[in-house]
Amino acid sequence: MRLSGLVILSAAVAAAAPVDFDRQVRPIFELRCYECHGEKKQKSGIRFDQRDTVLHGGDSGKPLVTAGKSAESILIQKVTSADPDEVMPPKGERLTSEQVATLKAWIDEGAQWPEKVTEKKPHWAYVKPIQPPLPKVKDASWPINGIDHFVLARLEKEALRPTSTADAAVLLRRVSLDLIGLPPTVEEVEMFLKDTSTHAYENAVDRLLNSPHYGERWARPWLDLARYADTQGYEKDNRRTMWPYRDWVIKALNENMPFDQFTIEQMAGDMLPNATQEQKVATGFHRNTMTNTEGGTDNEEFRHEAIIDRINTTMSVWMGTTFSCAQCHNHKYDPFTAKDYYNFYAFLNHTADVDYDDEKPTMKVMEPWEERELARLRETVKAAKTQLDEAAALPGIAESQREWEMKAASALTDWRVLDPVTWSSKGGATLTKTESKSLLAGGTNAASDVYMVTARPGAGRITGFRLEVLETGDEKVLGRASNGSFVLSKFEIESDSKQVPLKAAAAEYSQDKYPATNLLAGTGNGWAVDSADKKLRVRRSVCFEPEKPLEIADGATLKFILRHDSKFPDANVARFRLYATTGGDPLLLAQVPAELRPALLAESRNDSDREKLKKHYISVAPELSKWRDALAKAQGTEKKHYDAIPITSVMEELKEPRETFFRPRGAYLSKGDKVQPGTPAILHPFNAGYPSNRVGLAYWLVDTNNPLTARVIVNRFWEQYFGRGIMEVVEDFGTQSEPPSHPELLDWLATHFMDSGWDMKAIHKLIVMSATYRQSSKAPSDLHQRDPYNRLYARGPRVRLEAEMIRDQALVVSGLLSRKVGGPSVFPPQPEGLWQVVYSGDKWDTSKGENKYRRGLYTFWRRTIPHPAMTTFDAPSREFCVLRRSRSNTPLQALTVLNDAGYVEAAQALARRVIGRSCVKDSAELAFRLCLTRKPTSAELDRLVKLYETELSHYRDNVDAAKKISGSSESNAAELAAWTVVGNVLLNLDEMITKG
Amino acid sequence: MRSLDQLQFTTRRQFFGKCAVGIGGLALSSLLNEKLFASELENPLARKQPHFKPRAKRAIYLHMAGAPSHLDMFDYKPKLVQLNNTDCPESLFKKDRFAFIKGVPKLLGTPHKFAKHGQCGMELSNLLPHLATIVDDITLVRSMHTDQFNHAPAQLFLHTGAPRQGRPGMGAWLTYGLGSETQDLPGFVVLVSGGKAPDGGASLWGSGFLPTAYQGVQCRSQGEPVLYVSDPPGMDRATRRRSLDALRDLNELQLAQVGDPETLTRIAQYELAYRMQTSVPEIMDISQEPQHIKDLYGIEPGKVSFANNCLLARRLLESGTRFVQLFHWGWDQHGDNRDNDIRQGLERQCRQTDQACTALVTDLKQRGLLDDTVVIWGGEFGRTPLNEDRTKNPSLIGRDHHPHSFAIWMAGGGIKRGLTYGATDDLGYHVTENKVHVHDLQATILHCFGLDHTKLTYRFQGRDFRLTDVFGEVVHPLLA
Repeated sequence: MRLSGLVILSAAVAAAAPVDFDRQVRPIFELRCYECHGEKKQKSGIRFDQRDTVLHGGDSGKPLVTAGKSAESILIQKVTSADPDEVMPPKGERLTSEQVATLKAWIDEGAQWPEKVTEKKPHWAYVKPIQPPLPKVKDASWPINGIDHFVLARLEKEALRPTSTADAAVLLRRVSLDLIGLPPTVEEVEMFLKDTSTHAYENAVDRLLNSPHYGERWARPWLDLARYADTQGYEKDNRRTMWPYRDWVIKALNENMPFDQFTIEQMAGDMLPNATQEQKVATGFHRNTMTNTEGGTDNEEFRHEAIIDRINTTMSVWMGTTFSCAQCHNHKYDPFTAKDYYNFYAFLNHTADVDYDDEKPTMKVMEPWEERELARLRETVKAAKTQLDEAAALPGIAESQREWEMKAASALTDWRVLDPVTWSSKGGATLTKTESKSLLAGGTNAASDVYMVTARPGAGRITGFRLEVLETGDEKVLGRASNGSFVLSKFEIESDSKQVPLKAAAAEYSQDKYPATNLLAGTGNGWAVDSADKKLRVRRSVCFEPEKPLEIADGATLKFILRHDSKFPDANVARFRLYATTGGDPLLLAQVPAELRPALLAESRNDSDREKLKKHYISVAPELSKWRDALAKAQGTEKKHYDAIPITSVMEELKEPRETFFRPRGAYLSKGDKVQPGTPAILHPFNAGYPSNRVGLAYWLVDTNNPLTARVIVNRFWEQYFGRGIMEVVEDFGTQSEPPSHPELLDWLATHFMDSGWDMKAIHKLIVMSATYRQSSKAPSDLHQRDPYNRLYARGPRVRLEAEMIRDQALVVSGLLSRKVGGPSVFPPQPEGLWQVVYSGDKWDTSKGENKYRRGLYTFWRRTIPHPAMTTFDAPSREFCVLRRSRSNTPLQALTVLNDAGYVEAAQALARRVIGRSCVKDSAELAFRLCLTRKPTSAELDRLVKLYETELSHYRDNVDAAKKISGSSESNAAELAAWTVVGNVLLNLDEMITKG
Repeated sequence: MRSLDQLQFTTRRQFFGKCAVGIGGLALSSLLNEKLFASELENPLARKQPHFKPRAKRAIYLHMAGAPSHLDMFDYKPKLVQLNNTDCPESLFKKDRFAFIKGVPKLLGTPHKFAKHGQCGMELSNLLPHLATIVDDITLVRSMHTDQFNHAPAQLFLHTGAPRQGRPGMGAWLTYGLGSETQDLPGFVVLVSGGKAPDGGASLWGSGFLPTAYQGVQCRSQGEPVLYVSDPPGMDRATRRRSLDALRDLNELQLAQVGDPETLTRIAQYELAYRMQTSVPEIMDISQEPQHIKDLYGIEPGKVSFANNCLLARRLLESGTRFVQLFHWGWDQHGDNRDNDIRQGLERQCRQTDQACTALVTDLKQRGLLDDTVVIWGGEFGRTPLNEDRTKNPSLIGRDHHPHSFAIWMAGGGIKRGLTYGATDDLGYHVTENKVHVHDLQATILHCFGLDHTKLTYRFQGRDFRLTDVFGEVVHPLLA
């Protein structure tokens, strides 16, 4: 499909002039013959990179080419053979008839093979571009700038004429979509149409280039290259915070940061002298590599994977090369060796990141106001602390503290041990009573056991009970599970075979999500105390309060039941003791921290004891609650503010650089010789003045001697405007790609870009100001037939909009768009139930308010499940650098814009904007102009009106349906419904989702 | 092939040329005839010829996500049972990395009973009573191996040929190579059950660097069967039809004004979308099946279940979908809790799936579809002959991830019947006979479709990519 366009081009070229061996024939040999007959392999003793064997014969001694006689030439016989066993090349598609025609013409013209080129001439893309002179054109009145000279010269050679300028409104929509990614508003169109000055178009272009939305639009393709996303990739695909980097890109573009600076800050901003916060954030570019948090993975292996990704991404984004091939072996077609690859590796091998789950190294990214606010809040906290201390020093506090101390001390001591009378284990464990009246479990350990104990508390009143789990054995375990832990599910007390209702439970310590209150009804996970952790293996008590105090008769028996029924098997209590109390607050014990107990119970207290008690009392004293609350509030506010400040991943250079080794066959575990940083020898030299690190590498990328960067970047810009690059294979400037359609134009733009000081906005302006760009995209059929992909630019561009633009445009025309720039990613509606990632409980929590209507660029990008409306329109998952998006045309796209709730909502909003004009025609015309900028033709208008009227009568008869489709329950629901249907049609028009 | 395409190309351009000079949309409705559309060069889903005569037209891949234990289901090792609970010789496991096993592990013999079945005498465990009834229709491969030991990379490796995200899945390659047989349904459909999506996520059925038109479409048995397939609330089919008529008329006016053939494709895609809106929900409605078929599969109406998905898969294949990929999570029997040990956990998992897989093969056979439909059943790797013993509790037994050997079964579509292929050592640790690597399996599946895995390539970032990377050999002994 891609070849078809080129086929037609090269045929045209062939007809225009004698065949040029280097430009036309050699590329065919390179592309289709070298693999088996080249420098590395010479099947049948033939090599097409030199003339001898081709002109005089290989092993067979028969020349492949007979000058002047193409029909007799073996080469032509082979490439045109009908026998599938004979035809050359044996693999892949046959040579196209145009390629064959070129070869024939070359042979018939004498098979000129210039001697000198048998020595290897560097591939055009590795030679620094020199600004070519503007070619002469016959129609000197057409060109507006240099671009047009190259385009027109070519058109004149092809005997084609440019198309006239596009209609003003259509052109404004095109340039608006191209420069800011949004269509113009009706007001902007009117302003433009009213401006009759000669600078009207330029004024509009300048306005767009200065819009804050310019940065958003041009960040989009850059973020594909940067593989920017909001998650880590791999299995759980957890969230990470990279949006500060995304905002950095938007800001840098809006401020028109020169491209060389743009490069240096992203590659090595952290290493610049006195690096600013922004320069560090810029290095997020290479922290967008994926992070693997799976069990059993080797962090060093995935650090290696990240470096590989950074090498490949750098060389693709700036140099347009397929350097990645050299990871495992010398590049088969381009002059890069595996050694070059690992020299390059050595530049990037010294950063501190090692595939950590927490993404370190990271930094807090503060706006100036956030920094000021943080300082202010910290002052507030300090003041609140002082006030609390002052209040605590007031008379009366000391007195109430003494009272509390006495109560607490008695809550600790006022327990008597219950001496077990009988005991048993349902699971068959052996319970043994110890001297201290505890019960020790031994022998069989059932998966879940039930212990039953009876005791005679003696006559009197009981206000509370206590279960104490004790440490036992050399390992001081609390439970019998293999990791030393227990999980108790339920605690019951029976008196006279009747359950004693318990109203409250409190434990000295409970594991997160295992609170003591679970024991009351046996619900939840049960009660546990983190006793798998050896440091936390100390005896733990849980206290219970019955609904009302128990009056126990002398000799009466109570029965205690400890139930274990956790999903974790074997986690039965290892040793325990039971107590009863008559105190006033049986749960108080649980509230007195263990570390405070010695101080409370000490016969005589020292300063440290007094200090501890005072500090604790301040933290619980009811009469200080006012000041305590004030402090907690201040701390809460500070924490909230601090936590809201994003933490993002950045590059950080190690103080001690790592050693880098050659990796034979690219395998992570293989290790060859030690290597030093270096750039491929075939490319421009690494300036001796550059430091041998990432900074130097960044300088090298934007060195004006670099033959590739400027070409690669302007070509990618061009692709955004015209749908295809001058070099169509934007990702590969190597020998395996078709050469550029307009090589001189590419070089002229590249040199212009560098000479302008890498001024990106200037290049954009140059392109959109050209007559080439401003042409109408309407074309007669013969032009479509001759140049289906518009590689000659005899008409204006017409390409399907990218995913983000389709969304943004619907929001603009419906008036729903939030124009807020930057900030955390947002969650516009998406169908239910898409996020079902193994081992991840993360949920898509739909945004509210204006965040529902933000530009597509801000939609949360989960790598394993990007928003479906985006991927349907070819947005990538961004796991790796994406150099070119495809542009498909599928029924799923149709379903998305027809039925997605977001697009339906846009149609409803559009309906509300157009309803109530003086007549139906006016409303229809407004709707059309809001969507497509231009005025409708009368045929178009009539068709819309007809649809409206049919649907109006349908919805008048179906009021409920009208309310649903219009999203309105007002009296004009039927009208709104009909306009919603019209809006839905407009949003789906081919012209709407196309830039024309 | 090329010249034919070019001819169609020219024909359409000429046809279109007439439109642009003034005939307008006169003949468009006839142009939208699906047959004509299917031959469009621009239609990425147009039918394409395979490299050679295919044995299969359709496939269903039943992926048991989590990796079922070959040692407890398909590959009986008496020696392992004999050595149960003894230390594993260090020479075996020394070089291995495990997800969870630490220290010197103990060997673990299967607690399940095995028996021989059918005329072919295929040996299966008693966990698979249903499958045992059709052993003469299937081929069991006991010598699979892979390079990856974690779920996500191993699943990606199996379906995309590479252990990382970003490569096209097998179904995407097939759709790219052969186009789609149906104009009313997606050619490549994914169904998920078992409560979770597989670890590898949507990348397992993504299109990678191929155009997105080739990606798998996930159909759901709850909610919308295909995303965005339902008309919005308040819009009935008649209104949708009238609005699409208006849309087409307006697009035709645009086509006449501007003359871009892409507009023509767009018009056709909207018509396809309209047809899908009817055909997809119909296909997804399994309640229409007769009771004996429902019973055969053991479907659970209204639920997301493996059995429902098997039946759905058959309905899709019958209606022209080429490749159905079905994922069922829950085979990760580490034995770290009662739900996922090798005794009850695995048994429950088999109970949930055995009947339906068997029913699928039986049903395809009785409809005469099995001969040209390949069915593949398997996980992403095997499980260790070692007890993982994570809880140190003898009442729980489990196995860790094991890339060196595993078993799958295949049926139909040119695959032999009643064959047991390949073997592992006495402990089931390594493959000793007729090794089949994941890339070999991929090459073999493509071969069934008449595609040469070395020729099915796509150029991306300067090199030709394949499903099988630079590896893979077709396993001819598996083919009938």
